[in-house]
Amino acid sequence: MSRILAALGVLVALMFAPLAPAHADDAAFAAAVAGLDQKSFPKRAEAVATLGTLGHARTETVLRALADGTLFARKEDRQVVIGRLSGDAYSLSDAATGAPAGSAPSGELAKIIANNQMRGQIQDILGRFLLFSTDAEDRIRAADQVLSNPDASAVAQVRNALKTENEPAVRQRLERALAAALLSGGGTTEERLAAVQTLGNTNEPALRGLIQRTAANDADDAVRAAATSALAAIDRRLVFLDMGQNLVFGLSLGSVLLLAAIGLAITFGVMGVINMAHGEMIMLGAYTTFVVQQAFRAYLPPDLFGLYLVVAVPMAFVVAGAVGVAMERSVIRFLYGRPLETLLATWGISLMLQQAIRSSFGATNREVANPAWMSGAMDFLGLTLTTNRIVIIIFAAAVVLALAAFLRWSAMGLNMRAVTQNRSMAAAMGIPTGRVDALTFGLGSGIAGVAGVALSQVSNVSPSLGQGYIVDSFMVVVFGGVGSLWGTVVGAMSLGIVNKFLEPYSGAVLAKILVLVIIILFIQKRPRGLFALRGRFVE
Amino acid sequence: MGPITRRLIALESKRGWAVLLAVFAFAAVAVPLLNVLLPPDHALHVPTYMVQLLGKFLCYAMLALALDLIWGFAGVLSLGHGAFFALGGYAMGMYMMRQIGERGVYGNADLPDFMVFLNWGELPWYWWGFDSFWFAALMAVAVPGLLAFVFGWLAFRSRITGVYLSIITQAMTYALMLAFFRNEMGFGGNNGLTDFKDILGYSLSADGTKIGLYVATVIALTLAYLVSRFIVGSRLGRILLAVRDAESRVRFIGHSVTGAKLFAFTVSAMIAGVAGALYVPQVGIINPSEFSPAQSIEVAIWAAVGGRGTLFGPILGALSVNGAKSFFTGAAPEVWLFFLGGLFVVVTLFLPKGLVGLASAARRLKRPTLPVTKEEPRNA
Repeated sequence: MSRILAALGVLVALMFAPLAPAHADDAAFAAAVAGLDQKSFPKRAEAVATLGTLGHARTETVLRALADGTLFARKEDRQVVIGRLSGDAYSLSDAATGAPAGSAPSGELAKIIANNQMRGQIQDILGRFLLFSTDAEDRIRAADQVLSNPDASAVAQVRNALKTENEPAVRQRLERALAAALLSGGGTTEERLAAVQTLGNTNEPALRGLIQRTAANDADDAVRAAATSALAAIDRRLVFLDMGQNLVFGLSLGSVLLLAAIGLAITFGVMGVINMAHGEMIMLGAYTTFVVQQAFRAYLPPDLFGLYLVVAVPMAFVVAGAVGVAMERSVIRFLYGRPLETLLATWGISLMLQQAIRSSFGATNREVANPAWMSGAMDFLGLTLTTNRIVIIIFAAAVVLALAAFLRWSAMGLNMRAVTQNRSMAAAMGIPTGRVDALTFGLGSGIAGVAGVALSQVSNVSPSLGQGYIVDSFMVVVFGGVGSLWGTVVGAMSLGIVNKFLEPYSGAVLAKILVLVIIILFIQKRPRGLFALRGRFVE
Repeated sequence: MGPITRRLIALESKRGWAVLLAVFAFAAVAVPLLNVLLPPDHALHVPTYMVQLLGKFLCYAMLALALDLIWGFAGVLSLGHGAFFALGGYAMGMYMMRQIGERGVYGNADLPDFMVFLNWGELPWYWWGFDSFWFAALMAVAVPGLLAFVFGWLAFRSRITGVYLSIITQAMTYALMLAFFRNEMGFGGNNGLTDFKDILGYSLSADGTKIGLYVATVIALTLAYLVSRFIVGSRLGRILLAVRDAESRVRFIGHSVTGAKLFAFTVSAMIAGVAGALYVPQVGIINPSEFSPAQSIEVAIWAAVGGRGTLFGPILGALSVNGAKSFFTGAAPEVWLFFLGGLFVVVTLFLPKGLVGLASAARRLKRPTLPVTKEEPRNA
């Protein structure tokens, strides 16, 4: 008898569900709670849905009890109760009102079981309560939850939430959530048409799926047609967005390659020294960053921590530059004109530098934190750009410009160009060529160290950090054309972009292999790179 | 006596043949006998693990010899020789993989374990034929040779020389490493090929097989040495030397620089392939890290330490550097990279002719009346 009553209650509740205000009266709620005590899972799920639309103050308690397995039906009178185990017996409280209901041993209680589908349903409903949270972030999250799993049962709540919502960002999410819920069933033809209009202006892949389903399955011809054209518009936009995204990723990868290679463009490109320890200069820069970071943590107040990168840049330049000068004076200067020997000797130095770092800092990755101003993301014409990518792109551009300006306008830059172009003439003019060699090599190494500061933000800081960049850097310099700074820029950017455009079709590793093969083939055609030097400097 | 026999005999001086024979007899006959005949507690007993280690080193020596043929004589520093070595190794590994048959973890007679694990339905076409030892042996030579031929043809034809060639050979082996790391390639991905059971029906864990493989390596190394000696002593060998010292001049005289380099590069890659094929059964595994550029650069230092351009110097260099490596990685692992790195620097700065150069310099000091040998060119 009580079961029939309960079923009736659910029926009544369902009839009034769309009209139910945020705080429905206790009777309807009690009826819905009683409806949970049914044999079939679908009917139980129905009762859960009803509870969701009622929005009663105790809904959360009851649903959580159901999900946790502490909701019971007392066998003698089929009252739905929440049980808490104390000793051998359960102390009970009425599920609908929360009033104490004595205690009973487990034998007198029948557990109301939730299956996985119901659990998901309960999660959705509980999540939707956040639509009315005082925290805007929570409200957006709740709206996103509806968006990711739209369901007709959410319509009433989303509408209610929209009534009181003032925050524009939240309103936008809520409107989309409402449109998605309406399209998932429950909306009238006009409402569905409007919903297609609303969602047609979005680019989210999940919503695209919803519109696709609408275009295929909706009962109304007009809605189907609207959905089909909305789908086409979305796809067009997605193609552009995709290209934009690839372009930005490519530029960002290109900037990383550029930073790694730009020092090599000086040592290899300008001086003709094959420095296989170039990667280790980058690694030294990254470890300098780590040390500066630790010093900031230990000795300076936390609010200055964000500045550690600014300090790390000149430090890394000095450290790597000093090591570079020492290398040039002690080994490389004896090997000018013997490139293959230089290659082997610098490789040896790279092994020693790696082992030195491994012995003093350990072989494992060291953690270098992104300062607060580098984390986060921003939205640009529908593209999501993470701040650290943008910072690295800007930083790479700044380094190249500074270097070009130094070589072009400073007295030291003039000396460097003079020595590389005509050594004996420069010496005759009184330029100390030996010192210029050392400083040029130091400059290239120092810039590699600066690159290390930037790379410490995007990759793991470990003794073998530099190894990963060495082949790439040489490829960039050779591809761009030895001796040309702009060639290096163009080379790095084109390799980065080509890589990112290949990736979606072939996967990251294969893209990299393809790029290497392309370069190897390219060098056949233009052995001296994209921007080859012409005239008397070639040999 | 035919002309070919005469030329063969002329490969070495009388003393040279005597030394070669003595070394060969010691390595191929005495070492195995000392292992088999003497009881384990005897002072001169060579333990089996030592024979195996020596076999491994001799494979490295063969690789260094291959590099010397192209670097020491043609002036082409290939930093991708590890790739040819690894390809030869993979060919032999594939044969031994097929020999496992039903004895794998999954007991699948048709597919190697890793393919079963990846849910592959059938054997990819490039695994066909590797059930046969002779096919695998052919591939161990042919695949590296073909790759070297195509790569070398592209590179030498467009006159890529010096460090540019070094860099693109490095890029080649790096690309191959990335490729072999992929599971989709069908070569076992990250783990490579391992768990081998037997070769030509002989169990790999048996001492007899280990010694047999060692002796095979000694013979192969000796043959490779003689072949290299033959090439170097021929007219082509002199052209190679000329290319090393003045490439443009050789071209202007009318010789085919591309052809000469390509021949030497291809032969060198084939020798490297054989070395790899002998290496894998002795160490029991082949994985993509053999392709890493660092491995290939290490080969260059073996050759440089021994003395490049001498053929036997690199063999000496490979044995001594790897001996030192075994010693250091056991006794003081953190010192090893300092030692190896220092070796690179010291050899290039102070010992351009390696150990062999050091020895001949010492001889010259003792007997100052001997004519001074020709000065080594500097642009190699």
